Amino acid sequence: MKRGLMVAAVAVLTLAVTVGPARAGTTFDAVKARGFIQCGTNVGLAGFSSPDSSGRWTGLDVDICRAVAAAMFGDAEKVKYTPLSTQQRFTALQSGEVDLLSRNTTWTLTRDTANGLHFAPATFYDGQGFMVAKKLGLKSARELDGATICVQTGTTTELNLADYFRSHKMTFQPVVIEALSEVNHAFFSGRCDVLTSDTSQLASIRAADAPNPEDYVILPELISKEPLAPAVRHGDDQWFDLVRWVVFATLEAEEKGITSKTVDAALTSSDPAVQRLLGVQPGMGQAVGVGDKWVYNIVKQVGNYGEIFQRNVGKDSPLKLERGFNALWTQGGLMYSPPFR
Amino acid sequence: MSARDRVRVSVARASWWGDPRLRGVLIQVLLAAAVVGLVGWLAANAADNLARGSIATGFGFLSRPANFEIGECLIPCSAADSYARAFLVGLLNTLKVGAAGLVLATVLGTLIGIARLSSNWLVSRLAMVYVEAVRNVPLLLQLFLWYAVITEALPGPRQALAPLPGVFLSNRGMMLPVPVSDPAWLAAGGALVAAVVAVAAMRCWKARPFPLPWFAATGLVVGAPALAWLVLGAPAALDIPHLAGFNFRGGVTLSPELLALLLGLVIYTGAFIAEIVRSGILAVDRGQTEAARALGLSSGLILRLVVLPQALRLIVPPLTSQYLNLLKNSSLAVAIGYPDVVSVLDTAINQTGQAIEGVTLIMGVFLVISLSLSALMNWYNARIRLR
Repeated sequence: MKRGLMVAAVAVLTLAVTVGPARAGTTFDAVKARGFIQCGTNVGLAGFSSPDSSGRWTGLDVDICRAVAAAMFGDAEKVKYTPLSTQQRFTALQSGEVDLLSRNTTWTLTRDTANGLHFAPATFYDGQGFMVAKKLGLKSARELDGATICVQTGTTTELNLADYFRSHKMTFQPVVIEALSEVNHAFFSGRCDVLTSDTSQLASIRAADAPNPEDYVILPELISKEPLAPAVRHGDDQWFDLVRWVVFATLEAEEKGITSKTVDAALTSSDPAVQRLLGVQPGMGQAVGVGDKWVYNIVKQVGNYGEIFQRNVGKDSPLKLERGFNALWTQGGLMYSPPFR
Repeated sequence: MSARDRVRVSVARASWWGDPRLRGVLIQVLLAAAVVGLVGWLAANAADNLARGSIATGFGFLSRPANFEIGECLIPCSAADSYARAFLVGLLNTLKVGAAGLVLATVLGTLIGIARLSSNWLVSRLAMVYVEAVRNVPLLLQLFLWYAVITEALPGPRQALAPLPGVFLSNRGMMLPVPVSDPAWLAAGGALVAAVVAVAAMRCWKARPFPLPWFAATGLVVGAPALAWLVLGAPAALDIPHLAGFNFRGGVTLSPELLALLLGLVIYTGAFIAEIVRSGILAVDRGQTEAARALGLSSGLILRLVVLPQALRLIVPPLTSQYLNLLKNSSLAVAIGYPDVVSVLDTAINQTGQAIEGVTLIMGVFLVISLSLSALMNWYNARIRLR
């Protein structure tokens, strides 16, 4: 919508008026002094970031923001959320409107370099897929030649779509809309034959927005790699380190079998790796610039990665996604944390 | 200091500060310096911040492949084209909807404006209801409404309505048959342009008005293209839309996005133009109409020969601003997915991350279009004014 452009313009202006000394720790110190994290999230994507019935933000992306707050302030609630459209997200981060962008954003080379962002490790490995009405009886994305396809603007999705159809010598008619709600509306009203996005997002849309979720199927092909990762802007390595290691901490906790329920008992564990992780042996917290209890606070208040996944998008949620790529490396997935030492 | 000295000092000050011309110059210089300074400071800051974040800058991205598809193209386009070509495609889409919107809104507005003055109670009240309802609802909501009406209320392509043979109406848009491309149609188009130019030239020939009665002018405009078409073999084959796979193939498609945007813009701007036309007509002195009636002119002729030419002088300046509004409002297209220049550049901004360059291009485009239209309308206004 117009708002997107407005925000882009405001962000351009913000870039123009912001004067900040170029030194490491700018964001880190500013966040610490402010007492809360300004986190950029999706405007509403069930399972990733959406407000619940009481107005509290919930979801996998939201939990990453909460985990960073738990590490930094010992309180997962010290977060303020800025819902951002695909259009607004990068300028909002570049211009300092948000400290952390945790908004199902694909990690790509251009974004990591020319757009001035740093990506923390992926919190969700995804791939782009296609959703169609079941009554069309389609079995494969190769049958989509000539289809009309609804897609949200300003996403890697738009580019993958064009690449896929070009490489398979097929044609399609894109309908490109900015607001996610309008894209969904166009698809469910029959304006398009196909809705394309990351499959997790398709599952979320099908569960939350379809008039009847049973009437829609997601085709088997994944046409791209979509590692969804939190991002920070260039210029503050300390802040980047913290965000990165908060994500690793949730993975490491799961790998060590520490959950929000068992974390108190784990404090007495004799495993030195667990002792280092939970701050029984000091040192790790100091290295990332926060208190030694940081991982304890993350796990106690937010949970380990497995808990975060299951609660928001996995078997305990309406989305019912499989762990798949998002299982720990020890269980055949891609989730791997470097050692905490 | 004696009293006299004090008076002298204050006079000396007054002589410098009291001079309105000097003071004016000083204030203007200060203001100009402040503006230049502010802009320079903003630009330097932006450059500095971009450099610190190592964010790419410059317009170099325009020559790189865009890698995204655009839904509607007036010129051949594909994902392999450059950002510059994608920009051009978007610009042409904006101009397309703008040009069609200007013509249709003017026609609709004029008709409604005249209808509001009708002595028929029903006609004038209906026109009033239309104007008041449409003028007071935000355009964005109207666009959503039209888009929802087209996509929700119309059937899918397989159950498409066929109001006329070969014309199909569905939630994929309106499909129309077009003549199969043939040099004869190209020649006919050329002849049409030539005829219109010739008629306009003869009409405008101030020094020695060329006697050109209206039937001769019409004959020329209609006859020349028809003749060109007949001479080149009168090809009559039509490319009729037909169902194939997911959708209709062949013919020409007016997409739901284009239709919704055009409907929204025309109906919204039409309401404002109606009020401008009505006020223009009402501003023409009643005595003019009465005098014309006393001469025995019919009411149609009175409108055409006496009232409208005078009303036009009052209508054109506010009409210009409505035209500019329509063009600028076309940028709301992004909300309903019509690929206008704003929508395309929005995508480009996202893919390249170069917001400053993209926003600058968008502003430049609208500035150039608006100033050109404004200049054209001012020229027209100067031409029809009383001399």
